Amino acid sequence: MGFPHHPNPRETTVLSQHFGDAEARTLDGWKKRGGYKALEKALGMQPAEIVNVVKESGLRGRGGAGFPTGVKWSFMKPGDGKPHYLCCNADESEPGTFKDRELMRWTPHALVEGCAIGAYAIGAETAYVYIRGEFTEPLYWMEKAVEEAYAAGIIGKNAMGSGKRIDVHVHKGAGAYICGEETALMESLEGRRGNPRIKPPFPAVSGVFGMPTTINNVETLIAAAPILLNGADWYKKMSLSSPKSTGTKLFSVCGNVVRPGTYEVVMGFPFKEFLYDLCGGPLHGRKFKAVIPGGASVPIQTMDEAEATLMDYEGFVAQGSMLGSGGVIVIDDAQPMVTVIARIARFFAHESCGQCTQCREGTAWTTKILERIRDGEGTVEDLDTLIDIGEQMTGKTICVLSDSCAVPVISGIKKFRGEFEALIQGRRFHPVTAAVA
Amino acid sequence: MAETKMVNLTIEGRPVSVAEGTTILEAAKTAGILIPHYCYHPGLPIAGLCRMCLVEVEKAPKLAPSCATTVAEGQVVHVHSDKSLDARKGVLEMLLINHPLDCPICDQSGECELQDYTYQEGRSDSRYREPKRFNPAEDFGGDVIYVPNRCILCTRCVRFMDDVAHESTLNVSERGDRALIGKFEGKDMTHPWAANVVDLCPVGALLSKDFLNKARAWELDRTASICPNCTQGCNVIMETRENQVVRMRPRPNENVNAFFMCDWGRLNYRWMNEKNRVERPMVRSNNGLAPTSWEAAISAAARALNGKKAFVAASPMLSNESLFLLTQLMQGGNGTFRVTEGEEAPLPGVEDLALRRERAANVYGAESLGFKKTKDLLGGMGQGDVLVIAGEDLAGIDASALSRASEIIVISSVLPEAATKASVVLPIANFSEEEGTVTNLRGRVQRFTQARQAPGETRPSWLVLGDLLGALGQQSSFFLPSEVFAKLASTNKSFAGLSYDTIGFKGLPLVDAPPTKPKASIPVGAA
Repeated sequence: MGFPHHPNPRETTVLSQHFGDAEARTLDGWKKRGGYKALEKALGMQPAEIVNVVKESGLRGRGGAGFPTGVKWSFMKPGDGKPHYLCCNADESEPGTFKDRELMRWTPHALVEGCAIGAYAIGAETAYVYIRGEFTEPLYWMEKAVEEAYAAGIIGKNAMGSGKRIDVHVHKGAGAYICGEETALMESLEGRRGNPRIKPPFPAVSGVFGMPTTINNVETLIAAAPILLNGADWYKKMSLSSPKSTGTKLFSVCGNVVRPGTYEVVMGFPFKEFLYDLCGGPLHGRKFKAVIPGGASVPIQTMDEAEATLMDYEGFVAQGSMLGSGGVIVIDDAQPMVTVIARIARFFAHESCGQCTQCREGTAWTTKILERIRDGEGTVEDLDTLIDIGEQMTGKTICVLSDSCAVPVISGIKKFRGEFEALIQGRRFHPVTAAVA
Repeated sequence: MAETKMVNLTIEGRPVSVAEGTTILEAAKTAGILIPHYCYHPGLPIAGLCRMCLVEVEKAPKLAPSCATTVAEGQVVHVHSDKSLDARKGVLEMLLINHPLDCPICDQSGECELQDYTYQEGRSDSRYREPKRFNPAEDFGGDVIYVPNRCILCTRCVRFMDDVAHESTLNVSERGDRALIGKFEGKDMTHPWAANVVDLCPVGALLSKDFLNKARAWELDRTASICPNCTQGCNVIMETRENQVVRMRPRPNENVNAFFMCDWGRLNYRWMNEKNRVERPMVRSNNGLAPTSWEAAISAAARALNGKKAFVAASPMLSNESLFLLTQLMQGGNGTFRVTEGEEAPLPGVEDLALRRERAANVYGAESLGFKKTKDLLGGMGQGDVLVIAGEDLAGIDASALSRASEIIVISSVLPEAATKASVVLPIANFSEEEGTVTNLRGRVQRFTQARQAPGETRPSWLVLGDLLGALGQQSSFFLPSEVFAKLASTNKSFAGLSYDTIGFKGLPLVDAPPTKPKASIPVGAA
C-alpha cells in the first residue's frame, strides 16, 4: 500500500497489506492474519520441493541484482556434511530505498517466517538477519518478533514441532553502506572489518564462517511465504509484461513528488502512471526532470525514458536504467542536476571501503571534480576526465561500489550535459528561472 | 606423493604448463613475464585489492586479477593487450593522484615498484587538479616509520603482521580515500620480525629508521651472503656503499628463511665496518709486536707451531673452510669455541624459522668439524701447548688465563686485549670480506661471498691458514676457497659429494644432516 498514504486501488498489496496495522506486529495479530501457515506447510514438505516451487514462481532477488531465488537456493547441495547458513540482508542502505525498513517495522514476523522457510529449504539450521545499524525501530520489532517466535516454539530446537532446528539471530550492523554487499556483510558478521571478499569462492561454496551460505534480501524472503501458500502459478500470473519478472514489487518513492511513500505494484506496471497517479505527480508548478528508479547506484533516467518504462527487471533496462532496489528518487526541474550527481558521488566516496585502488581514489576524485564544477570552477576537459575515470571504475574492482559511483556520473553527464556546460561557462543554475523556463 | 595435474595455457602467445591451482600471475613468471602487481606477495595471503595485476583472459567477461585467478586448461591470457594496459594505466594514475612527487628525497627511490611501473606503463602526466591528501608521518616503533602520503594501501604490512608474525599490530584505519595504515592501541612494531614490513612495502611508505637517508638505492653494491648473526643462516643480500655495509635484506630461500629475516640479524651489521682492525701482520721482537711482511709472519708462526701440540680457540663465525684448515694445524691438540646466547624468537607463520638462541653463523659447522662447544674456552688447554686464537675476541677472559700457553698465535681481524703477549699476529678478513661456507643448525651448508674489501694487508682466513700449513710442510697452498672446500669434501664424509657448484646460492644439506620436510618451492623472481 502507498504507506503512509491511503492505499491506491491500482496497487496489489501482498507484502504490504498490513502496513500501518499495529496489531500485525505481534505474534497473535500475525497469526490471526494467516501468519506462520506457510512455514507450517513448508515444514511438511521436502526442502527440494520448496526450492522447486520458488524456482517455478519466477521469484527474483529483490535486493538489486535480480538473481532467480530458486536457482540460488538450489546451489546449496544437501548432505555435503557442512553446516549451511542463511543470511538475510537487512542492511538496506541504498540511498532512496526504504521498503525493507517498512517491512520490518510493520511485519517483523513475516521476515522471521521467511527466514525459517529459507533456512529449511537450503538445509540450514541458522539464519542471521543482518540489520542496518541505523534501523533502531525495525531492530526493536525484529528482536521482539524473534523472541516471541522462540517462546511460542515456532523457531528453535524443534520448530513448530517438526523436529527441525531453526535458529534466527538478529545482528545489528555498525553503520556502513558497504556491509550491504553480501561478502562484506559476511565479513562484518564474523566480526571483521566489512570489506568485500574476492569472488570466487561464491557464498554458496564458502560464505559465513567459510561454510555454504545463501544470502537473500528481506523482501525476497518475505515473498516466499505467500508463494508457498498460494502456489507458483498464482505468483507467476502477477506480471503485466515480461514473463521473466513475476510477482509484486515494493517501490519506495522519495524526492519531488506529491505523495512519497512505499508502494507495491505488479511487475510491469507502467512507470508513467505510477509516478503521476499513485505518487501524485510533481509538486505544484513544477515539472519532473529526471528519475533515479532503483536507488542511487543505477543510471539516471530522463523523463522520456521513465515515462516509457514498464516497471520490471527488463523494462528498466530497456529504458536505460535498472530496477535495482526499487528506491525511486524523483527529481524536478528546480533541482540542479550537477548538485544532485555531486551529492550522490560524495555518498559513494564516503562509503567506499578503500580496498581497491580505482574505488578508493576514483570516488573521491570524481566528487572533487563534480563539486568544483558545481561551484563554477569547472573546465570542459573535466567532463571527459570524469567519463574516463568512470570507465576506469567500471568492472575492475572486487565489488560494484565503484561501478555504482560511476553509473550516475556517466549517465548524468551523457543525459544532462547542457547543465554541466552551462555551469562551466559561468551560467549559474537558478531554481526559480529554471522552473519557470 | 600424488601426481600433480598439469594445466596447459597460453600467456602472451607462449605455451605454459603449470600445476593445477597455480595463479595466472605465477604461471606467467614461469614464462618469463612479470605481471605488474602491488598487493600480491608470494609469502603472504592473497588480497586481490590493488587491481594492478588485471589481465585479459579470452572469453572472460571482465579483466581478471591474475594474482587471484587460477589457471584453466586452454586459457589464453593477454598481459600487454590494450585493455589490460589501459586498466593498469588507470590504476597507476589513481595511485599517483594523492602520492607526493617526492622521489628525490624518498628512500625507496630506485627500488620503488610505483616508480618502476609508472615509468614502464603509466601516464606521463596527471589530470588531477585538486589538493592532495596529507597525513603526517608516524613513528611505528621498532625500526619502522610510516609515511602515509606515499602509502598505496596494498596491506602487505597488515597481512604480514596478522598472518606471518601472528601478532595483529597494524590495520587499515578509516575508509575510502581517508584510509591509512594504523597501529592498534597499545601495540607497536617491536615484534622481533616486524622490520620485514619495510622490505614488503612496495613504495616508500614504510621505512627503516636505521637506513633512513643513508644511501640512494642505485649507489649500493649488492652481494649474496648469509646472515652471520645466529645459527638459522638466513639468506641475505649485503648492501654496501663505498665499502661500508649499510643494510642487510633477506634473500628468498624456501628451505631456510622464506622471504624474511629478523630485526636483530638485520640490524647487527655495524661490527663488519669497525675500524679497530689489525691491518698488518706482526711478529714480536724485543720492542714488542712490530709489523712485518706476510712471509716473515707466516714463517714465524710456522716456527712456533713446529712439532708442538696446538690448542685452537676458534670463533664460530669462521667458515667451514677455515675451521677445517685449523683442525689440520692442531697436530694432536684440541679445538674449542664458545657462543654468545640470547633469547629465541620464532616467526610463527613460517615453519622452522626463528632468531636462534646461539648467535653465531657456524656453530653446527664448528661442532661437526670436531671443535668442542664450551663455556670455559681455555679450560682444556694443556701446559706448554701453542695457543692459536682464531677469530675469538677473548672478551671477559683475563690475560693470566693464557699464561699456560708456551706461545700465542693470533689469527684474527681484531687483536684481543688479553692476547697482547702474542708472538705472531696474522690479520684476517671478517665475515663480510671473504668467501666461504657455513653450516646452519639443520646441517645446511650455505655459501657466502665477499661484500666489502678488507682493510690494509689483511688476507682471507682460508688463504692465511693454507699458507701456514704449507709452511709447516703439511700441504700445498690453496688458490681459491672452493679448493679448500673440495679438500674438505674429499676428507670429511659429512661433506662428501658437495662442491661450490652443487651448493649454489640456496645451499645443500650435509650428507648426514637430519632429514627435513620438503617445502614448497619459491617461484623464480618471487619477491
